[in-house]
Amino acid sequence: MNKDLVVDTKGLACPMPIVKAKKALDTLQSGQVMEVLSTDKGSVNDFQAWVKQTNHELVKHEEEQGVYKFYVRKA
Amino acid sequence: MEQKKKTTIVLFSGDYDKAMAAFIIANGAAAYDQDVTIFTTFWGLNTLRKDEAIATNKGILEKMFGWMMPRGANKLGLSRMQMLGMGPKMIKHVIKKHNAMTLPQLIELSQEMGVKLVACTMTMDLLGIQKEEMIDGIELGGVAAYLGDASEGNVNLFI
Repeated sequence: MNKDLVVDTKGLACPMPIVKAKKALDTLQSGQVMEVLSTDKGSVNDFQAWVKQTNHELVKHEEEQGVYKFYVRKA
Repeated sequence: MEQKKKTTIVLFSGDYDKAMAAFIIANGAAAYDQDVTIFTTFWGLNTLRKDEAIATNKGILEKMFGWMMPRGANKLGLSRMQMLGMGPKMIKHVIKKHNAMTLPQLIELSQEMGVKLVACTMTMDLLGIQKEEMIDGIELGGVAAYLGDASEGNVNLFI
């Protein structure tokens, strides 16, 4: 998967994954993709809701050994 | 471009745990690209006090209030399990352990995220808190300022 930016929030608790993702997304151009890494178990629900409300696209998300990966394309 | 959504929170409580909840929601809403206002009143004002003593010109009653109330976010007590000050120490320990953010960090982050912090002037007068004793970057307002924001708010909370 092509990505323009990786945001590592592993080990960080709510609300930091979303806050860091938002800050990172602000630096991207429309159409670019960022990958967010998180170990917060609530982050699947969090990211799905956040992307929907902010009109960006959650291209894909997956879990690998307790690390959640989210690919978000900026609207 | 569509109008940004708004979240407003009235922070009435001066409890560490309740203030944490308020600032976590505020930071989350700011990450949603919303306009966020936290309107602090009564005991909630103490979350925005500076932690050092500021020389002010006040009456004896106001001075007493100043001594009795916690000076700044880090000094707030818990709404449950205060245990003569043991509770807050324990909470701060587990916050660190779980890599969560302390209340002062959450407040700093909220300012960085553009959350508008408003202090209620009427209760500032009642409790004898002056603007110089509050952290920088906050605004002063009254019920009209709150209602102005809240009437356009999609989420309005009273904590």
